[in-house]
Amino acid sequence: MGLVHEIDYGTPASKSETMVTLTIDGVAISVPEGTSVMRASMEAGISVPKLCATDMVDAFGSCRLCLVEIEGRAGTPASCTTPVAPGMVVHTQTGKLKDIRKGVMELYISDHPLDCLTCAANGDCELQDMAGAVGLRDVRYGYEGDNHVRARNNGAINAKWMPKDDSNPYFTYDPSKCIVCSRCVRACEEVQGTFALTIEGRGFGSRVSPGMHESFLESECVSCGACVQACPTATLTEKSVIAIGQPEHSKVTTCAYCGVGCSFKAEMRGEELVRMVPWKDGQANRGHSCVKGRFAYGYATHRDRILNPMIREKVSDPWREVTWEEAFAHVASEFRRIQYQYGRESIGGITSSRCTNEETFLVQKLIRSGFGNNNVDTCARVCHSPTGYGLGQAFGTSAGTQNFDSVEDSDVVIVIGANPTQGHPVFGSRLKKRLRQGAKLIVIDPRRIDLVDSPHIKAAYHLPLKPGTNVAVMTALAHVIVTEGIYNEAFIRERCDWSEFEDWAAFVSDPSRSPEAVEAYTGVDPQLIRGAARLYATGGNGAIYYGLGVTEHSQGSTTVMAIANLAMATGNIGRKGVGVNPLRGQNNVQGSCDMGSFPHELPGYRHISDDATREIFEKLWGVELNKEPGLRIPNMLDAAVEGTFKGIYIQGEDILQSDPDTKHVAAGLAAMECVVVQDLFLNETANYAHVFLPGSTFLEKDGTFTNAERRINRVRRVMTPKNGYADWEVTQKLAQAMGLNWNYTHPSEIMDEIAATTPSFAWVNYDYLEKHGSVQWPFNEKNPQGSPIMHVNGFVRGKGKFIRTEYVATDEKVGPRFPLLLTTGRILSQYNVGAQTRRTENVAWHAEDVLEIHPHDAEQRGIREGDWIRLASRSGETSLRATITDRVAPGVVYTTFHHPTTQANVITTDFSDWATNCPEYKVTAVQVSPSNGPSEWQQEYEEQARQSRRIVGKLEAAE
Amino acid sequence: MTLNVAAGDLTQRTQAIVDRLIGLEGPLLPILHEVQDEFGFVPQESLPVIAEALNLSRAEVHGVMTFYHDYRNHPAGRHVLKICRAEACQSMGGDALAERVKKLLGIDFHQTTLDGSVTLEPVYCLGLCSCAPAAMLDGEIHGRLDGAAIDELVQEARK
Repeated sequence: MGLVHEIDYGTPASKSETMVTLTIDGVAISVPEGTSVMRASMEAGISVPKLCATDMVDAFGSCRLCLVEIEGRAGTPASCTTPVAPGMVVHTQTGKLKDIRKGVMELYISDHPLDCLTCAANGDCELQDMAGAVGLRDVRYGYEGDNHVRARNNGAINAKWMPKDDSNPYFTYDPSKCIVCSRCVRACEEVQGTFALTIEGRGFGSRVSPGMHESFLESECVSCGACVQACPTATLTEKSVIAIGQPEHSKVTTCAYCGVGCSFKAEMRGEELVRMVPWKDGQANRGHSCVKGRFAYGYATHRDRILNPMIREKVSDPWREVTWEEAFAHVASEFRRIQYQYGRESIGGITSSRCTNEETFLVQKLIRSGFGNNNVDTCARVCHSPTGYGLGQAFGTSAGTQNFDSVEDSDVVIVIGANPTQGHPVFGSRLKKRLRQGAKLIVIDPRRIDLVDSPHIKAAYHLPLKPGTNVAVMTALAHVIVTEGIYNEAFIRERCDWSEFEDWAAFVSDPSRSPEAVEAYTGVDPQLIRGAARLYATGGNGAIYYGLGVTEHSQGSTTVMAIANLAMATGNIGRKGVGVNPLRGQNNVQGSCDMGSFPHELPGYRHISDDATREIFEKLWGVELNKEPGLRIPNMLDAAVEGTFKGIYIQGEDILQSDPDTKHVAAGLAAMECVVVQDLFLNETANYAHVFLPGSTFLEKDGTFTNAERRINRVRRVMTPKNGYADWEVTQKLAQAMGLNWNYTHPSEIMDEIAATTPSFAWVNYDYLEKHGSVQWPFNEKNPQGSPIMHVNGFVRGKGKFIRTEYVATDEKVGPRFPLLLTTGRILSQYNVGAQTRRTENVAWHAEDVLEIHPHDAEQRGIREGDWIRLASRSGETSLRATITDRVAPGVVYTTFHHPTTQANVITTDFSDWATNCPEYKVTAVQVSPSNGPSEWQQEYEEQARQSRRIVGKLEAAE
Repeated sequence: MTLNVAAGDLTQRTQAIVDRLIGLEGPLLPILHEVQDEFGFVPQESLPVIAEALNLSRAEVHGVMTFYHDYRNHPAGRHVLKICRAEACQSMGGDALAERVKKLLGIDFHQTTLDGSVTLEPVYCLGLCSCAPAAMLDGEIHGRLDGAAIDELVQEARK
């Protein structure tokens, strides 16, 4: 197997299309104009010694090791900062160069510890490699002089020495090994865009400093790992490498956190994961990562993980461990009993957006062909179902229009209801890179998110709207674009239905939809809306990125359509740098939707009532499919409370914590007779489960994830499933126990079945993915290269559809009892309900959820920083600590929902999107008052959760 | 010697300086100069205020501030005596001069006398090579120094 090796070309690739030919060490090579001599050499297979250069950052020219001689030029220029020129003749190895390089290395090594044998970077150290490359044999300066290496010099304290900083949970900073090449500083600035590092002091006193000579943990560092990756020595080293040693083999796989879908090399030693390193060829992340994907994989081996199947009669009983066979037989017989007793429609299932496409496909297949109904839904219900519906209506496909690379060509970017630097950090970094190059940013968000104002980033416009008024603001933007005549008539006439546009234009032009008219309820200064509209319509390539702040509203689908309208009206669809881009939450939420997880849709978004589509599956599966759409998650719960829905198979979703109105979810689950939960941990939903089937992590299975840009990426198994089976095998065995004749031996066979039945996946297969890394659907005869950008020569549905978007205020209104609006969001270090990230060292950054409240509202209520407060809505109440900040406007409060004890969803209501039932998480009328500690519900819940997690024969884990 | 300035006051006074100078082209160095004039040194608490206003990270401001020897992170003595250590002055007896001053004050470079009267610093060229060896006391330059002249300078500083 061996390690996946990546070539470091030293400097980034040039995008030029003009080629230049030169000769390096007698080898003629053609490279794009603007390429460095160093990169050109590497492309010719000649590696020039280097230390401060790496291709993730721009050339810097500080180490003086990469010097070359160029015929006709004086001196010895640095190859990293010298661009190629036609006819150039370069020599990379001459007597003069050898002497210089050896001299430079001598100086480096004279201030470097000589502990190579016991150093964590042994075997992966560029300094060591370069000492070898230049033939260093002796250091004439000795090691006794001024140095940064030893704590004491001849007994006296060495003021230049700094101790190791191990404050970051995942990596250490050892200044004594630093050669001050600035690669970490530049990676932090150029790649991550946080600017948390600097070089302090000057000359021999220069040191890398996080923040203002702070520890890494206290500094602005977000622990993305770019600096660790960039470091050529052991100065910045993963703690896991220090503990385990260098990896010996690696496989490329896909991160299982957010919808960016970063490619990583899982670097292994045997079956032990040593580290995750972002893969440069990963087309979503281009070699970058965030703290979650890079470091937060410890949950995979956490002691809380359940590895044996368990059963219990009543949810008040302790769990009893059983064999897999017993568990499958039990579930099969219970489901059949329930169906016999209560009817075929009395059971259903939920597919997981965390699992692979193949696993999701199997679960919906089990439900449709095994259960004989269409009661299948997925957690996209509670996040991006309005995206599917809205974009499907407007453009004809339920997905984003661009690839992530597209942002490199954007001139104006609108971010609405998304917080990319926290929720989609790698995309956030790529966006910030483009903004630093000069693109303009418009942020539409109730909260002053980091993108509005952070180092080297400043939004041109921030529209701090009141939660729940997205449609009014988006329509007001359209009002300005139409009434000021800055729409793109040529585009609309060519690509869209002109009469629909006229109807829509008349609708948005109504004075009641002007920025001035809507100010009363949106709270946004009309001049900001006018300015933002003009900028988007006339500023060049305009792209819109949005998240759950758009979809999780009672008018979520309407806002998605309003976004589509804006893009069409300004002609910002169908080429690089533009488009409408939902930032999808979970790693495979796009895939789970594609795979037919919705009750009304078969894979590929084809309606269940369509006879031709059903026939394809009926023929292959040998069963007759029900043509009526099944129940959505909220309907299943309602039916359960009513007594007609009795059994459910939930794969990898924690509906009790993630779905709105926790008490209603609990009541629904409690009313069922057989709740089967398949998960890594005893999650909150498992408190109400009768059968627990242990799940497997993304490291333990083969498959594919589809990210937010429709990219199908391979997931590769790097270790044996600790629970015995990959999730697809569990579903298959359950299906077999229910009498279905399934015999897949590898997920590639499932993908073949998907390709055979679903036109947009027609050409997808594992051989292609093996060869090309990934592909963006649709991938078929019409799109033989896949589809990085959609709607290039026209919309999938034919003509783009303009849809009227009438603003209707949500029924969730503030009043004297509940005068504040609560909105919810995420934080960088935690993921969703936190089941994984809470079981990693990421808790160092975010140990509990806190409520953000404006100083004015806090003062009125006598709330001080860090106080316990009671947060009450019409649905329920909970308690958490408050933090006082003007990030939120007066009248608005904000919290995250990563911790189960907070129970933020006890507060949220059951209002939902009119079209798709997506819950209105983002708006809840609340009151905040001082409190003494956790509420009664929280205490009861804690106790109940503790009780329901007991396992016979096992002591409770000491917390 | 410590300068007791309430944190809130420090922030406000820094903010006032920032507000006054932010319109300049490349305002960071002038702001740091003014802050040093205001407080006698650049308090670390000032850096985040400057960073925020200039859309920089606090690491960047720290990097700039520590790069320049003239910015100090703690208060100096009442007087600052800088002795030139560059080549021309060294060739004209600058080293001996420096040793003499150290002995007179009983401190090394970068230190302040116990009574807080003088801080001694090396400097690399005052642009006064033709009048070497040279020194600077509180911003005022003195050339062609010999033993007597430097004794007088030190005495003046210690008053």
